[in-house]
Formats: sequence, structure tokens, C-alpha cells
Amino acid sequence: MDLSLTEEQLLFQKTARDFATKELAPIASQLDEEGRFPSEIVKKLGELGFMGIAIPEEYGGAGADYRCYVLALEEICKACASTGVVMSVNNSLVCDPLYMFGSDEQKRRYLTPLAKGEKLGCFALSEPNAGSDAANQQTTARREGDTYVLNGTKIFITNAPEADISIVFAQADKTKGHRGICAFIVEKGTPGFRVGKVEKKLGIKASSSSELILEDCRVPRENLLGEEGQGFKIAMATLDGGRIGIAAQAVGIAQACLDASIRYAKERVQFGQPIASFQAIQWMLADMATQIEAARLLTYRAAFVKDKGDRFSKESAMAKLYASEIAMAAGVKAIQIFGGYGYMMDYPVQRFFRDAKVTEIYEGTSEVQRMVIAHSLLA
Amino acid sequence: MKIIVCLKQVPDTAATIKVKPDGSGVETEGITYVINPYDEFALEEALRIKERLGEGEVTVITLGPPKAKEALRTALAMGADKGVHLSDPAFEGGDSYATAKALARAIQGLPYDLILCGKQAVDDDAAQVGPAMAELLGLPQACVITKLEIDANRKKAVVHRQIEGASEIMEVSLPAVFTAQKGLNEPRYPSLKGIMGAKKKEIAEHNPSSLGLSPEEVGLAGSKVKILKLSPPPSRATGKILEGEPREQASQLVKLLREEAKII
Ligand SMILES: Cc1cc2nc3c(=O)[nH]c(=O)nc-3n(C[C@H](O)[C@H](O)[C@H](O)COP(=O)(O)OP(=O)(O)OC[C@H]3O[C@@H](n4cnc5c(N)ncnc54)[C@H](O)[C@@H]3O)c2cc1C
Repeated sequence: MDLSLTEEQLLFQKTARDFATKELAPIASQLDEEGRFPSEIVKKLGELGFMGIAIPEEYGGAGADYRCYVLALEEICKACASTGVVMSVNNSLVCDPLYMFGSDEQKRRYLTPLAKGEKLGCFALSEPNAGSDAANQQTTARREGDTYVLNGTKIFITNAPEADISIVFAQADKTKGHRGICAFIVEKGTPGFRVGKVEKKLGIKASSSSELILEDCRVPRENLLGEEGQGFKIAMATLDGGRIGIAAQAVGIAQACLDASIRYAKERVQFGQPIASFQAIQWMLADMATQIEAARLLTYRAAFVKDKGDRFSKESAMAKLYASEIAMAAGVKAIQIFGGYGYMMDYPVQRFFRDAKVTEIYEGTSEVQRMVIAHSLLA
Repeated sequence: MKIIVCLKQVPDTAATIKVKPDGSGVETEGITYVINPYDEFALEEALRIKERLGEGEVTVITLGPPKAKEALRTALAMGADKGVHLSDPAFEGGDSYATAKALARAIQGLPYDLILCGKQAVDDDAAQVGPAMAELLGLPQACVITKLEIDANRKKAVVHRQIEGASEIMEVSLPAVFTAQKGLNEPRYPSLKGIMGAKKKEIAEHNPSSLGLSPEEVGLAGSKVKILKLSPPPSRATGKILEGEPREQASQLVKLLREEAKII
């Protein structure tokens, strides 16, 4: 496996880094504090091709691959993990399933503007009683002639308040269990479809998560994504890719923790010397750096296996599990290195710490990742 | 409209530069390179002119080692159409004159209506290649421009130059050489699509003989200026904090300014 980056990948990484440092880093703390969705930034990301990185050009994407995607996401998340998740949801959870399972008409109509970044998407799987147990969908889809009638409530849906296009999962035939679940493309403004409670969160505050409420919402049959009963398979295949994105997000947050810690440790003087001269601090930095490198390699490898066209469920689960756990650990260490200042809102490490936590939860908790990995070991 | 943009790959402005112990050059280990920022303004302006006119071709040209091709690729990713790379060991160590001569020779072989450069390269700060090239090509020039407008018939341009305390507005007949100053525009980021497309764009290679130049006319051999030695700027001495009553401090300060700093 050759993990060295090509000239294009290096240039792409540099572009993402330049953009993140110049446009995003200076406003990230403020976005977090105000809980403001970064719409201007998302628009620019769309123009740069960041909203549909691995989608072919004919459908509005940049025609690159998952390796470029993880490089970009790490850089964006290093500056602002909220912006990173907005980008990640649009790329992995919305564009990917439309590309993999959409009809040609659906690709032209929905995928193209999404991949160009002209429209924003969301992925609505979770429900109050269907979290880790995503197959337990209570939202129903009833077929009536040429339409499906959807009823139910989705929760914690990232991008939902801003989304133009939602991928919504619903149970169409309870007797078939998870084989009864369908995926639908639902447009904003469809009667009976609305945004419910917008959540207040611990972290990634500049991205929004909310309820989506479906009350006798009629969706035309053309908006069924894939086949009837294929919904659960679509969701799982989509999350396999999404987890690579979350792994990259976690690596970015962890790297931000390390960069800030190194800078601070060199500047902060106690007992007449910079705290970086204390072995206790050095060991924390060394452990952080080693874990980040390992997480990054797992993430690159998962992207590499996916790009090659091989099965990658185990690889993406491993990358996401490890990267999210070391990101959380890096957040804890960064605050420790900053001491009391790290606990104050004036310094950014508290934001990294808060943002890191969610990577252990969404797109499958760490426990669910271990289940996926174990399942593939024992299969 | 055919526009040529000259650019140079330079160490990242954020890089910490260390002079080699023997003073022969700078340590290149660990340095990242970028397109000279002023050249980026020139490139951005060329791309905007092309976009505004809805037609045209932007050719980027650089003289530099094989690594400098990265700068050309970046420029192609930003939207330039073609690249020209003057790369040969014989070009190494050239001064502004030798560089301008080789570039002018390469440009003579290309169609052009306008040539844009940065006002200076941030590594050697000589600010000479643009003007020297204009002389060698027998073209009018305007340096340090902050605004550029092409006349409707494309025979003239109006440029704004920054001068002490004012701005000078000039009308220049085309073709001409203009050198770009900060403020001319805000350079774009290369888009991912642009990056993916850049590898399909052509980069022509030149060495002295393909330009009809002898090895004595290029690089160090063809230079009028030779660098004898580089030395790092003296490191700043640590500051002094005066103590005591304000009155005492003031008299100490006056004494130091007179006797040590020798400025009063
Ligand atoms: C900020 C944020 C954004 C989100 N965005 C989206 C989105 O865009 N779209 C979407 O569909 N969902 C989204 N989610 C939902 C997210 O995917 C779920 O929260 C997650 O899958 C966990 O489900 P749950 O919250 O119901 O927890 P539960 O499933 O109730 O889990 C509670 C605890 O029990 C553990 N657990 C559960 N089952 C098992 C088991 N079998 N074995 C061992 N342990 C188990 C879990 O690991 C966890 O520790 C988002 C969540 C958050 C916090």
C-alpha cells in the first residue's frame, strides 16, 4: 500500500489548509460562541469543490476521491469542526448515497446541485427510539398510488434546519423488519414536512441539529431512492463511507489540540522555565503525536481501500473508533497542558475538547464501531 | 487576448530562513515553497481579464529548478491555460539580468498582448526582472500597479501606480509589461476541479540551447551580479528594564541613549 501523496493531493491539502487558516480559523471561536451556521463559508467551500469531492464531474462533483476528501476534512476540522461536519454530511451522507443508489434523473436533479454546493443536504435516519438500533424505524411510509405518505419524527439531524434536500428513512412494511425500510428524497417545502426542535449542543455549535417532522407528507414515487426495502442497506453502506469522514474530522480536532499544546507549552513559563521543558508535558505531547499519526494512517488506509473498490466496513469502523477516542484523549490532555487557562472560554482548547466528544457518538457510537469490527472478525 | 504571467517559486513567507554556515545560501531543509505572493496578484489579474473578456489565454512561465514545476501546476490549477518551464542546471545562480534575459527570450517565441509580473520576489527583493525584461523586449512598462483596465479596443491599458502619498494614473499602449502590487486584487484558491484538471494541461520545457542561448549567457556565468556571501541579520539584543523612582529612571534613560545607543 503506497500512502505517499500525489502532487495533486499535496496541492489540494495545501489549498484546504490555506483556506482553513485564512478564512475559517479567525472566525471559528466566534461561530462557536454564537452558534451561527457558517453559510458564507459553506458557499465558498462549494465553489472550491469541497461539497462533492468524490462525485464525478458529470454530476457536479470535483471528480476526486476519498483520499482527497479526508485530506480536506482534516484541514477544515483543524480550524472548525462544525464546518467540517456540515461538509462531511453533504459529501458522505447525502451525495454518496445519491450517487451509489440514485436513478439518472435523481442524480441530475438532486445530486448535481448538492455536489456543486448550490444546495445543502441532510441524512435523516435517527429517531427517538432508533439510535444505535437504527433498524427500529418508527417513521412509516404508506404507499398510495403514485405517492408514499410519510409519518414520523427524526431527531438530531445535522444540517436539517438549512437543508434543501433530505434523505429520509421510513418503514414501509413492518412485517419485513429491516428489509421493509425505504429511503426517500424529500425536498424542503414539501407539505407535511417541517423542522422541529433545534437542539442546543455541547459542541460543534456552529452546525445545527434538529428534529424533522413528517405529518402525512406526500412524496412522489420517483423520489424513492434505490428499491423498495433497500433503505437499511443504503443507510449502512452510506455510514461506512461517512465514518471515514468522521475519522478525518477527529484527526483534525486532535491535531488542533496538539498544535495548540506545543505552542502553549513553549510559551508558558513556570518555575523559571517553559513548561515544555518538563518531562511530564513532553510525554503528553509525544503520546498525542503518536496516536494522531496512527489515527491518520488508519483513516488514509480506510479511504485507500474504499477508493480501490474493496470492502471497507471494518477499516472505516476501525479508523472512526480509534480516531475519535484519541481525539477525545487529546482534548483532555490539551486542557491539562493549558492548566486553568485551558478551562477558560478565552482559549480554544475547550472548544476542541467539546467538539471531540461527538465523534465518539454520531454515525455509530464507539460501542457500535466495536460491534461492526467484531462482526467482521467473527463472520 | 494572450497574457503571459511570469512567476517565481519562493520559500513560504511563514518559513524561518536559516543561512548556511558558509554563507553560500540558505538551508532548504524543511522549507515549504509557494508562488511569490506578488506574482499571485499578477496571475489573478490575468485570470480576471480573461474571464471579463470571455476569451483569451493565460500562459505562466517560470525559471527555476525541477521543483518549481509545483508553482506552475498551482497556477494551472488556479486557471492558467499553459505552462512554460525554463529548467536546466545552467540556469542556476543567475542574477536578475540573466533571469530576465532567459525569460525575455522564451517570451519572444510566444504570442502575447500583455505581460504581467509581481513587483518583486519576496526572497531576494531585487524588483528588477520585470523592468529588465521590458527593456530587453523593447516594451513599455509600468511597475507597482494597483489597478489595471484594458481599453475596449485592447490597444491600450490604464493603470494605477502607487507613488509616495498619491496614486499615479497612466495610459500605456499594449503590449506592455506591468508589475503587480498588493491591492491589485485578492487571489483565488485553486478549486479541486482545477487541481484535478491541471495535470492534463501542457507544460513546455526549455533549456538554454532550445532558447538559442549559450551556457555563458545564462545562470551564474551570464550574471553581472555575483552574491559573495549571505549573513543573517544581527539578532536583536535583549531589552533593558530600568528600575527605581521615575526621576532616576529618566536620568538613567537619557544617559543610556546618549552613551550606549548614541542617538541623542
Ligand atoms: C450532534 C449530533 C448530530 C447527529 N446527526 C445525525 C444525523 O445527521 N442523522 C442521523 O440520522 N443521526 C444523527 N445523530 C444521531 C446519532 O447517530 C445517534 O445519537 C447515535 O447513533 C446514538 O444513538 P442514541 O443517541 O439513540 O444512543 P443509544 O443508541 O440510546 O445509545 C446509548 C448508549 O448505549 C450504547 N449502546 C446501544 N446499543 C448497544 C449495544 N447493542 N451494545 C452496547 N452498547 C450499546 C451506546 O453505545 C451508547 O453508549 C446525531 C447525533 C448527534 C449527537
